[in-house]
Amino acid sequence: MTRLILALALLIAPFAVRAEIEIQEVTSPGGIDAWLVQEPSIPFVALEIIIDGGASLDEPGKRGATNLMVGLLEEGAGDMDARAFQTAREGLAASYGFDAYDDSVVITARFLTENRDQAVDLLRKALTEPRFDQDALDRVRAQVQSIIRSDATDPNAIAGAAFDAAAFGDHPYGSDINGTAESVSALTRADMITAHRNALVRSRVHVGAAGDISAQELGTLLDDLLGALPQEGPVLPEAVEFGLDGGTTVIDFETPQSVALFGHEGLARDDEDFFAAYILNEILGGGLQSRLMEEVREKRGLTYGVYSTLVPKDHAALYLGNVASANQRIAEAIAVIRDEWARMAQDGVNAGELNAAKTYLTGAYPLRFDGNAAIAGILAGMQATGLAPDYVENRNAYVEAVTLDEINRVAGELLDPDGLHFVVVGQPQGLE
Amino acid sequence: MRRLAALVLALGLASALHAEEVTTATLDNGLEVVVIEDHRAPVVVHMLWYRAGSADEPVGSSGVAHFLEHLLFKATDTLESGEFSDIVAANGGSDNAFTSYDYTGYFQRVAADRLPLMMRMEADRMNNLRLTEEDIVTERGVILEERNQRVENSPNALAREQMRAAQYLNHRYGVPIIGWKHEMETLDMDDALAFYDLYYSPNNAVLVVAGDVQPDEVIALARDHFGPIPAEPDLPERVRSQEPPQTAERRMVFEDPRVSQPYLTRSYIAPERDSGAQEKAAALTYLAELLGGSPFTSALGVALQFDSQLAVYTSAYYGGRSLDDTTFGLTVVPAEGVTLQEAEAAMDVAIADFLAEGIDPDQLERLRTQLRAGEVYARDNVQGLARRYGAALTQGLTVEDVQAWPGILQAVTEEDILAAAREVLDPDRSVTGWVVPSREVLQ
Repeated sequence: MTRLILALALLIAPFAVRAEIEIQEVTSPGGIDAWLVQEPSIPFVALEIIIDGGASLDEPGKRGATNLMVGLLEEGAGDMDARAFQTAREGLAASYGFDAYDDSVVITARFLTENRDQAVDLLRKALTEPRFDQDALDRVRAQVQSIIRSDATDPNAIAGAAFDAAAFGDHPYGSDINGTAESVSALTRADMITAHRNALVRSRVHVGAAGDISAQELGTLLDDLLGALPQEGPVLPEAVEFGLDGGTTVIDFETPQSVALFGHEGLARDDEDFFAAYILNEILGGGLQSRLMEEVREKRGLTYGVYSTLVPKDHAALYLGNVASANQRIAEAIAVIRDEWARMAQDGVNAGELNAAKTYLTGAYPLRFDGNAAIAGILAGMQATGLAPDYVENRNAYVEAVTLDEINRVAGELLDPDGLHFVVVGQPQGLE
Repeated sequence: MRRLAALVLALGLASALHAEEVTTATLDNGLEVVVIEDHRAPVVVHMLWYRAGSADEPVGSSGVAHFLEHLLFKATDTLESGEFSDIVAANGGSDNAFTSYDYTGYFQRVAADRLPLMMRMEADRMNNLRLTEEDIVTERGVILEERNQRVENSPNALAREQMRAAQYLNHRYGVPIIGWKHEMETLDMDDALAFYDLYYSPNNAVLVVAGDVQPDEVIALARDHFGPIPAEPDLPERVRSQEPPQTAERRMVFEDPRVSQPYLTRSYIAPERDSGAQEKAAALTYLAELLGGSPFTSALGVALQFDSQLAVYTSAYYGGRSLDDTTFGLTVVPAEGVTLQEAEAAMDVAIADFLAEGIDPDQLERLRTQLRAGEVYARDNVQGLARRYGAALTQGLTVEDVQAWPGILQAVTEEDILAAAREVLDPDRSVTGWVVPSREVLQ
């Protein structure tokens, strides 16, 4: 077991230097890696487990299988049906979360020190001995079908589905992880067993833990919890090209405010320019202080919010944004966004903007580590992203190292005003 | 002038129920200060709460409390428009604000040693706001787009507005926080400034500071920055029109083609947590859990999602934190092929059975355990604790009430819950709404 001590205080030299965070690298006796921040002052543990793969592992014709399977993990395990399982969980006052995403399944848990062994054993059953009873399958399937129906008349969901389909076609990224009414209605118990076998795989697990537990106790816990999962899983999907050209797609939908989702190709998380792009986005559309917010909201009052964000997925990279304005005003909002995109691509940022963004990003970073649940999530996420343990120590230095020349070179290379595609849902005036 | 009037309520109860360290003080100008210590990370949450929300607005200017909240990020005597948030960001922090029926709050989350700067700026905008006509016009566009986004584009939100308007016969809680659109469109400088001048005063505010701080230092800082601001002598007593006895069941059908999943929802007027008398609210907190808290073990979940497959979703809701009468709510989303009428009948049978059969003692014990554990988990989120105190103190409760609440919850009995249920679940005090894409589905 190696041990790494990181003084968070080093990162925030201009700020108060009082708290330290100590990340321990833990390897369980059975060989499962985890990162831990031991924090005994509150008698509970927060755990986050990210398993690579996710809904992208859905087999052909089985769209929605991983999502439905994950929804069934809390619906009965071992000798307990759904109600018996939940009754036991409630009695322990433990909480478990099971979520499917494009590239991962994420399991979160928090449990009290006083009944930790029982809470972990119950979670173990959910992960390794799910029952997939037919009545539970039918019940959760009906819930998913209800969500699919609701999304069909939700403007944001309509925009997202149209954008993804146009950008990624038949790749799993091209369709919603919920599946379609048809694909979900055809899923069987056997499909659940296959999806479970494929998605919950030990070699793809990333574990973060924080709270009232020692490294040794965590090692034992992990072997108990995950030891019975299969070691290897099916091959992950291929990388996919972003297949959408610049332009505007209008989807007619009777509602007073048009919503627009826009974007073009982005940058991979491990690209050497990622930090420059990340800071660039912070200035362009990353938060409340961005240029897009200034131009579209503060100066013109055209929207409540406009944002852009880099979305580096495992098999494709996107640069996405969103805005919503009344039908008669959305055309102006979109024109302003296109202008800002072009202005940034051409002229880049100035030194003052770069400095302000760096000050914000470096100052805000340590504030993320503010509770067991938050820390467990950060630790798991860093491992899933392939970051080294010393990233916490070095991250702000990476931000500081980005130069004006570098960020403006990246602005020219990354931002493609002509490649930006807007999907607009509503009844916009003045748009084709 | 800058002397502390009242000091310090220390919490020494060696119980997990209130393990947070809380210190309070009141400045001579009436500003109440609450300090919550959490030394795990070098972070502080700085919140200023005003006892002024949408239910305090004058007639005809609904939405002005929220409009003013937006305008507080504009210029002051010493800061340019937007500079407040720019400075917070330049210090690595984040800031925002929120408006509710009973309060408006402003907060920053920042490294603990930046607290003095936050206080200086927050005190500045309590008194020194300088608005322009352009601010009014532009920001009115923003709040109208906010209403578009949150409400006009959401049939569920539109239905909720109609439900509340029908639920409250006389109280301002029937008017949406964000405002009715036709009144928002007329909000002007005078509306905003009248609300600001009257309500944004130290004797109408509560300062909550939570995180890696020392209470005496925080109180001294508050004295330095907020102390010089004079109290508002004309601050009115906080009186709102109260509900009369509700004596007629109300029903509505809300029709919107954007609804693809029909559902029904019912709300009852219900008592809130009152200072020194939180027992009934505690019983109703249990009642919501027992009726619709967990789809697997609650009365509605078991009856409508397990024993029968009439619903895909059931829930019950009770929010006890409110200055005046609150609501107790139920929602059922029927399964495909089940009518709203059938779903509602099944819901009513499930409630009647619950009242007739009483409460499983094991389930009651499990709920007790979860509420107790909830206090342990709550300590992980210092911002949540800060909100708990700020909301309570602007909604008629005291620090003592907040700290008594977990113990009161633990003391609730089956008899308390059933008595509260019989009182509150009275059809004559209810509104039932069916939300449908078209009345044709009701044929």
